[in-house]
Amino acid sequence: MKYLDEFRDPAVARLYLRQLQDTVSRPWKIMEVCGGQTHAIMQYGIQELIPDDITLLHGPGCPVCVTPLEQIDKAITIAGRPGIIFTSFGDMLRVPGSGKDLFTVKAEGGDVRVVYSPLDAVRLAMDNPDKEVVFFAIGFETTAPANAMAVKQAADLNITNFSEIVSQVLVPPALEAILSAHDNQVQGFLAAGHVCTVMGYHEYEPVAQKYQVPIVVTGFEPLDILEGILMTIRQLEEGRHEVENQYKRSVRRAGNEPAQSTISEVYRIVPRKWRGIGEIPHSGLGLQPEYAAFDAELKFDLGDIDTREPEVCISGEVLQGWKKPTECTAFGKECTPETPLGATMVSAEGACAAYFRYQGAAA
Amino acid sequence: MKFDCPLPFNDNEKINLAHGGGGRRMARLIQEIILPHFPDCDVENIHDGAILEFGSERLAFTTDSFVVTPQFFPGGNIGDLAINGTLNDLAMCGAQPLYLSCAFILEEGYSMESFRQVLVSMGDAATSAGVGLITGDTKVVDHGKGDGIFITTTGIGHVMPGAMIDPRRVQSGDVVIINGPVGDHGMAIMCQRENLAIQGELASDTRTLHEETAAIINQFGEDIHCLRDMTRGGLATVMNEIAQTANATIHLDEGSIPVNAPTKSACELLGIDPLYVANEGKLAIFAAAGIGEDILETLRKTNRLNRPVIIGRVGNLEGPRVILRGVLGGSRILDLLSGEQLPRIC
Repeated sequence: MKYLDEFRDPAVARLYLRQLQDTVSRPWKIMEVCGGQTHAIMQYGIQELIPDDITLLHGPGCPVCVTPLEQIDKAITIAGRPGIIFTSFGDMLRVPGSGKDLFTVKAEGGDVRVVYSPLDAVRLAMDNPDKEVVFFAIGFETTAPANAMAVKQAADLNITNFSEIVSQVLVPPALEAILSAHDNQVQGFLAAGHVCTVMGYHEYEPVAQKYQVPIVVTGFEPLDILEGILMTIRQLEEGRHEVENQYKRSVRRAGNEPAQSTISEVYRIVPRKWRGIGEIPHSGLGLQPEYAAFDAELKFDLGDIDTREPEVCISGEVLQGWKKPTECTAFGKECTPETPLGATMVSAEGACAAYFRYQGAAA
Repeated sequence: MKFDCPLPFNDNEKINLAHGGGGRRMARLIQEIILPHFPDCDVENIHDGAILEFGSERLAFTTDSFVVTPQFFPGGNIGDLAINGTLNDLAMCGAQPLYLSCAFILEEGYSMESFRQVLVSMGDAATSAGVGLITGDTKVVDHGKGDGIFITTTGIGHVMPGAMIDPRRVQSGDVVIINGPVGDHGMAIMCQRENLAIQGELASDTRTLHEETAAIINQFGEDIHCLRDMTRGGLATVMNEIAQTANATIHLDEGSIPVNAPTKSACELLGIDPLYVANEGKLAIFAAAGIGEDILETLRKTNRLNRPVIIGRVGNLEGPRVILRGVLGGSRILDLLSGEQLPRIC
């Protein structure tokens, strides 16, 4: 198939692998930021194909995984109330809150619906004026433009029965948090191609300089990832630390400016808690004061929410690249995609789910 | 708190959609909740139908319910599915279909015109397969208590002499064959249901398969070890079920598994793996080593819609696993899903 098969060509893959073999002279640890990349690495067995000297650490770029527990508990509380149509991307429905997940709320009679686009949620609000439609606005910079557009459209159309639980997160502050940790192991990053499609990559340049790490904006097909690894390893071997763009067919340095201006019109930068990691300053988006009417957390009285994480879950360490999923004592035992203890076991982009799916419980 | 593995069902738990998704949760629901109450049910053979012996005669007996939304989709409707699905379950037992029964649950307010269209499709499908629809039942429920129409069909078929179809007969060295590209039905339904603007040439592959199965059983007899239509849960789920029953490791070659271009595009866009997507006119065949090419030839001759390929082989009988060799040469486990596949976020 055009634009796919050429990025999965085994002959070109062999070429990259040979070049990697010729380039690498000592052990390096690289983190792929995005969960979509983790998934492709596992799906195509890339870790198994590349030289043993290169270790891939799996990053925090799984939007489902890092959405904090209290936001999920808030979603579950609202979704269970009468008169609410609760809308979400499909993956969020399986993420365990403190007590249950959104699927359970649905089974208990809550009106929980999967939407493919936040604009579908606005449409639902128009079609159901006697209901309150709430959308769970999660994700990185990739989902932010459409989630912002939904609020903007609802405002333009004077729709008052639409609101969002906003739990947007931003990549660069998370990279800084990982790099400034005292036991950081990451020596180079594959940055998330689709985040950079929206935001460009200029904001990564100061990070690369400050922490002296190469950052290569990388796509999601197997050849993209192999080329991204090769570009990162070349920089490491040559002692360079620049921002390079492997994913040129999608990413420009400045990014998608209209999308960025939609984001900043509707959202503002706020501190945000990341599940398993903790609060990171300036790492999230919340609604601008002029759009406060669309803030579900203000609209609905949520009272006190008591959150509880399973003690055994090490998803925070997995998300920062300190541990592999298989180093968790619960992996494949009490924690499986069917009975996940942490969000990293839920989403297709979660590192634990990717390991479980592609290597089996006995990995 | 110490957890047992896997977690037992508890009484507060509710049925959710994943319990019907064909994956791990459904397997556990059947094994742990349903089967304990029906000790006569042959656990190893519950997949497609039961075989009943009367002297030297064998009858296959099967039942299936159809609850699809939308009821009309490119390539067919719920009526075609209800006939073809049950006929195919009989075919997978090595049987030729004889009779069907049919039960309708209709919702108050359902359009008579839609119902008529469903009936036309059912009549046509049964006639062209040469089976009689000989008994049935109709119930109507209050508005809001059904989804327009639910159909249950039950079928009886005559097991062909010489047919020895049983997943426990799958053995080391067997070839694994499928009769064409996978994932068409599920993606046609998903794109129609969600109004995704990538419908294009996407169409369900719903059709009957008993002519194919008759042809290969006639020609190869007991060298055909197992037949399975790759419906809910798709190819990957079927392979896992057979690996489990036969206690065999199945090796598949990802590059050899065909996927039609529109289906592949829809899957790529939504982040769905076509190997887990439902088919309604595709079967997997496990047969003795050495006759693979001959089976392909017979399938091609039986119906030009067949585009059969050998996708793998059965390895050693050293525990149930499905191993998929990827296009780049790396291998991975092809596991059961826990629930429905959900479209990705970004």
